[in-house]
Formats: sequence, C-alpha cells, structure tokens
Amino acid sequence: MDNPPDSTAQHKPRIRWHIVLFLAPAVLIYTAVMIYPLFNTLRLALYDQVDQQRVFVGLQNFRELFGDPLWSDQFWNALGNNFWFFAIHMLIQNPLGIALAALLSHPRLRFAALYRSAIFLPTILSFVIVGFAWKLILSPIWGIAPGMLEAVGLKWLYQPWLGKEEYALSALSLISVWQWVGIPMMLIYAALLSIPDEVIEAGEIDGVTGMAAFWKIKLPLIMPSIGIISILTFVANFNAFDLIYAAQGALAGPDFSTDILGTFLYRTFFGFQLQLGDPHMGAAVASAMFAIILIGVCLYLFGIQRRIRRYQL
Amino acid sequence: MTTIRNKPLSTAAMHGALIFYTLIALFPIFVIVLNSFKTRRAIFSEPLSLPTADSFSAVGYQTVTQQGDFLLYFQNSMIVTVSSLFLILLFGAMASFALSEYRFRGNMLMGLYLALGIMIPIRIGTVGILEMMVATGLVNTLWALILVYTAQGLPLAVFILTEFMRQVSDDLKNAGRIDGLSEYTIFFRLVLPLVRPAMATVAVFNMIPIWNDLWFPLILAPSEATKTLTLGSQVFIGQFLTDWNAVLSALSLAILPVLVLYVIFSRQLIRGITSGAVK
Repeated sequence: MDNPPDSTAQHKPRIRWHIVLFLAPAVLIYTAVMIYPLFNTLRLALYDQVDQQRVFVGLQNFRELFGDPLWSDQFWNALGNNFWFFAIHMLIQNPLGIALAALLSHPRLRFAALYRSAIFLPTILSFVIVGFAWKLILSPIWGIAPGMLEAVGLKWLYQPWLGKEEYALSALSLISVWQWVGIPMMLIYAALLSIPDEVIEAGEIDGVTGMAAFWKIKLPLIMPSIGIISILTFVANFNAFDLIYAAQGALAGPDFSTDILGTFLYRTFFGFQLQLGDPHMGAAVASAMFAIILIGVCLYLFGIQRRIRRYQL
Repeated sequence: MTTIRNKPLSTAAMHGALIFYTLIALFPIFVIVLNSFKTRRAIFSEPLSLPTADSFSAVGYQTVTQQGDFLLYFQNSMIVTVSSLFLILLFGAMASFALSEYRFRGNMLMGLYLALGIMIPIRIGTVGILEMMVATGLVNTLWALILVYTAQGLPLAVFILTEFMRQVSDDLKNAGRIDGLSEYTIFFRLVLPLVRPAMATVAVFNMIPIWNDLWFPLILAPSEATKTLTLGSQVFIGQFLTDWNAVLSALSLAILPVLVLYVIFSRQLIRGITSGAVK
C-alpha cells in the first residue's frame, strides 16, 4: 500500500503480455485462414476476369447467377434440391433420432450401449465408403436390393433408385439420413438423461406414464435440444457436398437431379469436363450459400430460439 | 395395473425396434467387409453368402497393399489429423484460458468473434483460402490442410474449453501465484491437466470430420504425394472400378483406422455429450 500514486497510474494502461500471448496463436490462425478468406471470397464475387485482368464488375456475377439461364437454371435447381434434401432430414432423420433416443434412454433397457454404438457407427465412416456401399446395394447389376426384395415377395417395388431422376435425390437424402441419424440420437439421448428423476416421478404420481410421459413431460423439456439439432441440420445440409460427390460424381447425375449447392459450387469453381472453372462465379455461389446459411441461423436465433421456453430445472 | 402386465411385451417391442434399426445401420458395412474376402465370381453370384473354403480369396488385399499407395495415404491422413488436433487443443486451450481467467477490455467481444466460426462453415471461404494457399505456395502441402482444419476446429474448441476452465478452482491458481509461479506455469502445470477430459472431448469431435473430409484434400492437396486416405480411396474406386476385389478391400481397410479411433475414444465422446459439452 506504500506505492507512490504515479506508479499506480502507470499500472493501469500496462499491456499484460501473457494475455496477448495466450490469445495470439488462435486468433491469428482463425483470422488468417477462416475470417479473412471468407470476406475475401465475398469481395471476389464482385470481380471478373477479363483478359487476365481482375476487373470490378459490381453485382454483375449475381445478376448472371440469378437471371442468366446459363447459370440460373443450375442455381435454382441446386437450391430447390437442397431444400428437399433438408426437408427429408428434418422429417425423417430428426424424428427418427428422437425416437431411437427415447427407446435407448429407457431406464431398464439392456444392451443400450451396444445398440447406441451400432447405430452411431455409420456416422464415423467416410462418405466414400457410405456412397459406394449404398451404390452397390441399390445397383440393378449387382442386385442385392432386388434379390432381397424378391426374397420377401416385394420385387415389384424395386427401381434403380440412384439412377432415376425422380428418385435419385430422395434416395441419396435417405442414405444421408442413414449415415447421420446418430448425431440427433446422441444429443437427444444426453438431453433425456439430464431430465431429473423427480420430474418424471412427479408425473407418475399424477398418473402420467409411458407414452404420455414422453409427449407431455419429456418432449417439452428437450425442445431446446431439438431446436439446436434443427439448426445444425440446416447448416450441415446447405453446406453438404461429399456424399453426392462420392456417390454420383461432380455432375450430380442423373442429369443434375441430385445437384445441391455444394456440388454446384465445386463445379463452378473448378470446372468439370467441358465447363471451365471460374473463381469469381464460384465466389458468387459461395456468397449466395453464405447468405442462405446466415438467414437460416438468424431466423433460428431471433425467431425460434427466443420462443422456446427454457424450463428451469 | 395394465402397465405392469404389458411390461414384457413392451420390452420385447423395444428390443425388436432397436434390433431392426441396428441391422439397417450395420448391413452395408457388413456387405462390404464380407465381400472383400471373396473371389470375384462369388462376389457377383452370391453377394450375401459367407466366404467358404471355395470362395475365400484375399487377392484384393494383396492388390491394395502392393500397388495402391495406401500406406502413404494413410500416413498423410495420420499426419494431418494428429497435427491439426494438437494445434487445435494447444491454441484453443491457451485462448480459452485467457478468456476465462483474465478480465480485460474486449474479452466478451473476443469470445463472440471466435464463436462466430461455429455456425459458419469454413467451406464457404474456399475461393479465398485457395487464393491464399496459392499465394503462399502452400498448395499441395500437408500444411495447407493442417492450417485449414486448425482454423475450422478452433471455434468449437474455445467454446467448450472456456466453459470447463471456468470451473477450475480459483484457490488453486491463486495458491500457485502466491508461490511465485508465472502465468504460463499455472496454465501448463495446474490448469491443463485438470481439463484433460474436456480436451479429449474436443479431440473426438474434431477427429472424425478431419479424417473423413473430402472437400479440402480435393481442392488444396490433390497431388499424389499429399493425398489423404479419404481422397485416395475415392480416386481408387474410379481407377479400379473393374477390380472389385481391390475396391472392396480398400474400403474395408479404410474403415479400420476410424473404427479403432472410435473404440478408443467412444466413452469419452459419450461422456462429453452427456456432460453437456454441446448443449
């Protein structure tokens, strides 16, 4: 306490170097490799290549992307497909994940850990394996699927699902659901386990048991987790690429019927076969994807998350 | 009373449903591995039967291990995954410590800035990333991938680790300060060992997407010397589409490493999720 007054005055603006040192590596790498390229991508969308010179063209690229049939047909097709891809995940993957988690979290269920690991296993596999395995199974040439359907007398149901325009996208979405259902299952499972026993017991005393307990007590309590899973599904789906590339190639066949924004971005940016790669159009596609994801996240944060009641446990 | 009488029935129904879905989950993997051990003719004529003395063949595995460069791809994947995880954990923990331990101007803002990356996929910035990697000469090096995956993993790592570091007791750190330990020693010697479970959780969450990524290897490092296992097996399928034994063996081999990683870390993953790491 015998510090002279001017020394405390000096004390205040002193930079605490250890804080800077602790933060610097993470902030530098994150800024240099993620944030800066992201904004640079948005900026590059406003340029074009003319005679090997980079020329500022304003919103011209976007006008082409949304309006010029050469680009816009592909763009709107990919966007529409992407919404269907997302819809199937929301309608099938997430309810299925919740149902599996509800079964697994049953207190007297035996072998729960075994089931959980088996169902989670596809999630850790690479898209290359997943894409190829399902292509084999569904292939009309190799014929596991037709053979199996025949065994149960349902052969007439069989179609070359991945090869027909009207089914291919739905089939791929279901394969993606098959692969990723482990994520909602695990997250909901954790949320269900964290519901205190007293709440369930209080319900039992009031005669709310079994299915009714799930619908009336547990489901409202896990709503925040369901909200988070929905937005994670949204971001993942509008940024998906690997499965479709691995199963159907960069052209997202048959006849672009499985093209989503990720594969469209890849083709635009890198080119494929006869199409030349165009970094500036690629940047425009990426900017459009960025806007879509941003709108989705904002809708969730300001529209949905605030309305979900958080129960005080 | 009805609930008690229905119990065996409902338990059986629950097991039935779970077994049914488990079969769906495992079936495609089973088909791949099973057929990788059969002769070409058996693969086509009886894709679902077990390999017998007659139909057993390991010729696919021979092809793959002899000419597929699989060892190199595997090594590349290993280097990229381990290095990225190391950098994510080290830099992520350092930043989390600064954010949770010290009060300074802009602390909140810095936390928010780093958290932004959780919701924005790094893939959106690919055009800019490639331009930068070309300018710095990092294209077709493993460094390009390591840097990208580190940047991609840091936001979630900081988010999770900050929560855990807040729970480390202040008394312990202050005792260290009284004993004259520097802030660095306090971080490395006292705090890091205590948050090891949280670090393992972060590692598992990052490991699988890095190991399985196809996009960045395809774009940043497609050369023969830097191919990762995922990209390598993708290319392999194209090249050897007529050699079914080789393709099936390659895919079975590609399942192995990630399966081993999962078995080692699965308890940590489940503990991490249930303790609320991502809630």
